[in-house]
Amino acid sequence: MAGYLVLGFGFGIISEKSGYGILWALAMSVFIYAGSMQYVTVSLLTSGASLIASALTTLMVNARHLFYGITMIEPYKNMGAAKPYLIFGLTDETYSLVCTGEARDGIDFKRYSLLVTVFDHIYWIVGTLLGALVGSLISFNTAGVDFAMTALFITVFVEQWKSTKNHIPAIVGVLSSVICLLIFGADRFLIPTMILISLVLSLGRRFVERGERGGAAK
Amino acid sequence: MNYIHSVALIAVVALVTIALRFLPFAVFNGKRKTPEIVTYLGRVLPFAIMGMLVIYCYKGISFLSSPFGIPELIAGAGVVVLHLIKRNTLLSIVGGTVIYMLLIQLVFV
Repeated sequence: MAGYLVLGFGFGIISEKSGYGILWALAMSVFIYAGSMQYVTVSLLTSGASLIASALTTLMVNARHLFYGITMIEPYKNMGAAKPYLIFGLTDETYSLVCTGEARDGIDFKRYSLLVTVFDHIYWIVGTLLGALVGSLISFNTAGVDFAMTALFITVFVEQWKSTKNHIPAIVGVLSSVICLLIFGADRFLIPTMILISLVLSLGRRFVERGERGGAAK
Repeated sequence: MNYIHSVALIAVVALVTIALRFLPFAVFNGKRKTPEIVTYLGRVLPFAIMGMLVIYCYKGISFLSSPFGIPELIAGAGVVVLHLIKRNTLLSIVGGTVIYMLLIQLVFV
């Protein structure tokens, strides 16, 4: 959870240094509340991207949230009044924590998931606030702070890689991205990549699932 | 900075994100059974998407001109090694970022 403090801090600094001060940064952390996408949003803002391009980029970068939702349909079934907020706050970090909580017996899952969601959001906002403050008060060379996003994705990638013996989906993801990047170029490779990944994984389902079973048997 | 465009852009990003998070709950509201292909993709896609996001971060690097993406590759390798050894998310992110900042500010200036 403290990871969100650091990532929020990095986001606050970058937003501030890009000319979008504390109120902008706060508004994004309260309303968008999507770690990696907010880093991308700052670059959309500074490059003056169109609204259509911004919507499409958000679709591509955050499409994975669809699958978090699919996982949580059953667990979040009887959450009552808290349900809309739980869904709104279903970020990468919250999703991974709530999933581990769900697997454990003997905890009040409703209380647990609500606390995790609220605290992740608070940590994220406080981190943003501190980052924007530090960014505006202290002047130091911040070149390279945005690598925090790359580091986050690599960390999650390694974490996922170690969590399973079936590496076919991960390899399909990397190879499809590299191929589409070479063909379509840096500015418009995300959509073709998503299509290629979905196609390869759907068509190769039998092969991928054999990998899952083979992995489980090891 | 165009004030109205910036506000609209942030609103668009927020709304699309919210729509993505709510859509599965709206479509598969528990009454119908979720199609098998959707649960299958839900299981395997996160791995592929994370691979895509890593490549997404490296998309802007020119490997043909100096410094040939060397700082990015070293810092990325640093994150992998740190995470394999310590398996501490916080440490991996901060460590990798500090390595990268030192490299581009002091070594590959």
